[in-house]
Amino acid sequence: MSKSRMLPMIIVVLFVAATAGAALEVMSVQVKNGQLRSSPSFLAGPVAEVAYCDPVEVLRQQGDWMEVNAPGGKKGWIHQSALTKKKMSLGAGGKNPELGASSDEVALAGKGFNADVESRYRTAHRSVDFAWVDRMELMRISPEETVAFLRDGGVKPQAGGVK
Amino acid sequence: MRLRSRFSVPVLVLAPLCLVLLLSIRDCRAAGLGDVLRIPGGVINSGQADSIVRGAKAIGKTFQDITPEQEYYIGRAVAATILQSYRPYPDEEANRYLNVLGQSLAQASDRPETFGGYHFLILDTEEINAFAAPGGLILITRGMLRLCRDEDQVAAVLAHEIGHIKGRHGLRAIRTSRLTTAFTVLAAEGAKNFGGSQVAQLTEAFEGSVSDVTATLTNSGYSRELEREADQEAVAILTRIGYDPGALSSMLQEMDKRMVRSGPGFAKTHPDPKDRVQAIGARAGTSSRTAPPPERKKRFDLFMSKV
Repeated sequence: MSKSRMLPMIIVVLFVAATAGAALEVMSVQVKNGQLRSSPSFLAGPVAEVAYCDPVEVLRQQGDWMEVNAPGGKKGWIHQSALTKKKMSLGAGGKNPELGASSDEVALAGKGFNADVESRYRTAHRSVDFAWVDRMELMRISPEETVAFLRDGGVKPQAGGVK
Repeated sequence: MRLRSRFSVPVLVLAPLCLVLLLSIRDCRAAGLGDVLRIPGGVINSGQADSIVRGAKAIGKTFQDITPEQEYYIGRAVAATILQSYRPYPDEEANRYLNVLGQSLAQASDRPETFGGYHFLILDTEEINAFAAPGGLILITRGMLRLCRDEDQVAAVLAHEIGHIKGRHGLRAIRTSRLTTAFTVLAAEGAKNFGGSQVAQLTEAFEGSVSDVTATLTNSGYSRELEREADQEAVAILTRIGYDPGALSSMLQEMDKRMVRSGPGFAKTHPDPKDRVQAIGARAGTSSRTAPPPERKKRFDLFMSKV
């Protein structure tokens, strides 16, 4: 077969392989509490929650939003800032010790600057009080509250909140 | 004779080279770095050697390699450190309003999700200032809030701070040496070599990182470029969500009138508001401000009566 005929074939094979791979792409949740929404918009209601390190299967992407399958048969849209392409491992003390150290493909959850390091920091800096930081974190605002707040104040998001 | 002249030189050179190459490949397979490196009192095993290799990879990592989880812990300590110098303003309703508004804006940003989420707190001081600790902990003074003439202007200030979080600007202040230490220790940990001295090293790198970020937020300020980036993100958020994007420029003009340039706080850590208004550009520079809807005005007035 001549080179000129082989080249398009190689391109087609690579394209098919790439698209097949993209459909099955698995990402990991990199935030403490991730929310799956009913549609790709910050105005859409939540349908389920996903936990840190959960693997999700990306079905399709629209702008910054990804429709995913999550563990437990959950399905919904999540913003890409909640996801990482790295596999999340619980680290040496976790359930996947063989995954080893942080690398370009694997990120260790709960390692590096973590609760243990913060606790040592607090022991060394007793005058630094975390009480108000903890109180700040307890202030949680639901998606329903923000939608109601915008609606009541006559704040009208562009194009239904899709971006 | 001709044949010999064509091949003899390359063969003579290549043959020993191939032999060396083959031997070295066999060596690598059989031995590995761990068996080759020897230290006094023992031999580094293959697991430790792997961690050395990974440790070497840690060099050259930047703030972008900090995971959202680690950013979260840095941010908590930065916010706690800033709260050493400023008293929180505990009014629950005022803080609730600020959090609902801030959360709405964060959701419309390009980075709505951080590890621990966005949270907002009012600081009880007349000083005109606002801080964005990495990960989404945003502190804003009563002095700054009192400059605001309507909800759109409060939104503009918060959106600017969210812009700093989105750009992970705080993390850029961390010295590379601290990150190299942290990533090297982290790499070694995977090979189960995590010892007491490494925990101490990690804690020291953490302390240094917190100190670098806090010093930038409270003292030296970000570069003009990063401030411009945060302003642009603010205008994008305001436009997307439906607040007046001109509120940022009008707020900056207000600050320009009221701030003492040589004073502490925001004036010290931020570029001249006039320059920022100019940089924001025509799109959001001129405000075609109309009166806010009655409900928006009512809740803003109630909020202001509390701060």
